[in-house]
Amino acid sequence: MPVETNETVAARVGVAPRIGVAGRLGAVFDSDLLHSFLRSKVTVLAAVVTLVIMAGALLAPLIAPHDPFDVASLQLLDSNLPPAWMEGGDPRFLLGTDDQGRDIFSTILYGSRLSLSVGFLSVVFAAVLGIALGLVAGYAGGSTDSVIMRIADIQLTFPAILIALLIDGTARALFGEQRNEQLVFWVLVLSIGLSFWVQYARTVRGSTLVEKNKDYVLAARLIGIHPVKILFRHVLPNVMGPVLVIATINLVLAIILEATLSFLGVGLPPTQPSLGTLIQIGNRYLFSGEWWIAIFPGITLASLALAINLLGDWLRDALNPKLR
Amino acid sequence: MTETLVGTAAAAGPARPLVQVENLGRVFDVSPPWLNRVIERLPQRLLRAVAGVNFTIDRCETFALVGESGSGKSTVAKMVVGLIPPTTGQVIIDGVSMTNPAHDGQRRALRRRIQMVFQDPYASLNPRWRAFDIIAEPIRAFSLADSRQEIAARVGELLTLVGLDPADGAKYPHEFSGGQRQRIAIARALASEPEFIVCDEPTSALDVSVQAQILNLMRDLQDRLGLTYLFISHNLAVVRHMANRIGVMYLGRLVEVAPSRDLFRAPRHPYTRMLLDAVPDLEMTGRQRKAVEGEIPNPIDPPAGCAFHPRCPFANDRCRAERPEPVAAGAGEVACHAVAEGRI
Repeated sequence: MPVETNETVAARVGVAPRIGVAGRLGAVFDSDLLHSFLRSKVTVLAAVVTLVIMAGALLAPLIAPHDPFDVASLQLLDSNLPPAWMEGGDPRFLLGTDDQGRDIFSTILYGSRLSLSVGFLSVVFAAVLGIALGLVAGYAGGSTDSVIMRIADIQLTFPAILIALLIDGTARALFGEQRNEQLVFWVLVLSIGLSFWVQYARTVRGSTLVEKNKDYVLAARLIGIHPVKILFRHVLPNVMGPVLVIATINLVLAIILEATLSFLGVGLPPTQPSLGTLIQIGNRYLFSGEWWIAIFPGITLASLALAINLLGDWLRDALNPKLR
Repeated sequence: MTETLVGTAAAAGPARPLVQVENLGRVFDVSPPWLNRVIERLPQRLLRAVAGVNFTIDRCETFALVGESGSGKSTVAKMVVGLIPPTTGQVIIDGVSMTNPAHDGQRRALRRRIQMVFQDPYASLNPRWRAFDIIAEPIRAFSLADSRQEIAARVGELLTLVGLDPADGAKYPHEFSGGQRQRIAIARALASEPEFIVCDEPTSALDVSVQAQILNLMRDLQDRLGLTYLFISHNLAVVRHMANRIGVMYLGRLVEVAPSRDLFRAPRHPYTRMLLDAVPDLEMTGRQRKAVEGEIPNPIDPPAGCAFHPRCPFANDRCRAERPEPVAAGAGEVACHAVAEGRI
């Protein structure tokens, strides 16, 4: 065998040193996943619906014809106008107006912005908390595991909405009704996040229990890698698959829970309406004929929930090697 | 006690064996959960996986541990590399105890010199890491290279050493076959430039055709790099190919230790005889072959006296009551009353 110098070897392994973050990210969207995505028409449609609603929410200040938060622009004369194509409709208000003369289309755009923000932030909060606790419980085992998982069990006995109501009530009592106006967004994120972390913790703990006894973790322990580093670099990437699926489905649940809370009147106030608040406002006029105030936000919420759910289902199947 | 042991070992100079295993024992607590124990009044259940194991391994030697599944050989392997702390006894590698807290500082340096190759190459490589990063991990952990170029060069060198192409570093483990994966595992083990490698059934998960390639690679590497192996296997043919000396384990204890040639030519312990009788041979001499009788007993409730007596054709009352201690026999040691008394 010819003797190889460092240079020739380095030249031959030219590919290897360039493996960076981009390489790892590229592997996530490898051809397999993309192929299975394009093959399923339902999934593509769901992705389009999700992207349209998200884009509308993100770009609301740019594309909304009216600013529903600008009280000065509201005309009481314009209140309760039906959609533009109906008799008595006004071409300025495509989907009609609500009781205060706000354009329904614009409020839906701004509302989904709030709904999605609450959803995303609470899912991130729940995921970070749940993953961290699940990893620690699974890897440490023993009494640490018992304590964390018993807390999770206790938490599970409360319905999510009860926890959210409890935290919301506590926040109201602590900060007073007035201060609460600014805080209510974060209280919602906190309360929804806290009611969802258990799922992540349980899933991650289960996968961690399996992964931590695999030989590649032993090999890392053998050379004295710090346990925290082992958890983040070895175990975490291998338990993320199921977490991604849960996060997608939970995004829907979080958005719906937020809508429920807002509908019940403990969520976002009518001055900064989310989809749930809009449905609640519309609910009061539903039987007096002004159906559009509740129906259009409702359709938006339903299609968003359905689309993300379908995406989650596809992701679950695509990441499950047994179904490939 | 340990101090004096280490002291004399250090004074012995270069003739001292690289690895000394002294009275090694491990008890696992397999009791039901505390609440069940209290309410159902169940006793604590202890599993004695390994007890009173003594052996030494010289530099550049291959010492093999053989035994049926459940005989405690993998537990010994994990205790030797320090993945499981022993309940009794200790492992001394190059004069440094793996458990004595007084040796903490030296043990850190020792860690680089000990490596392990695992049984299942499908579980021993992180599926989310590229081969390059898997092999580079020990280099980075022990700061054996200063720059990225140096690491890349070293990984390429290691891949070539185990018979792979340096460009394979960019691939993920699932892109390799079982044999190739085991080559990567060996490259990772070699990355920290170790002197002593514990191989826990390194070929038992591989196809027969690939086993020989991996075994020959390991022997070749031993000659080139001056490695010392502790080789765990249940396959006597593999052990015969690899080992200089062999220890036969039964229910957590060493029943016979002998040089490889002696053990295969003239096995002494009845259990070793039984194992060798069961090995199929190609000549098919027509000789009546005895199948291995019975199964290994439950280590939670081991038989009294010699643990092998329920399966032993030579057992007498003494075997059933008194545990045999290892005695010198030829170039090795054997723990058997029948051999010591000259009955067989």
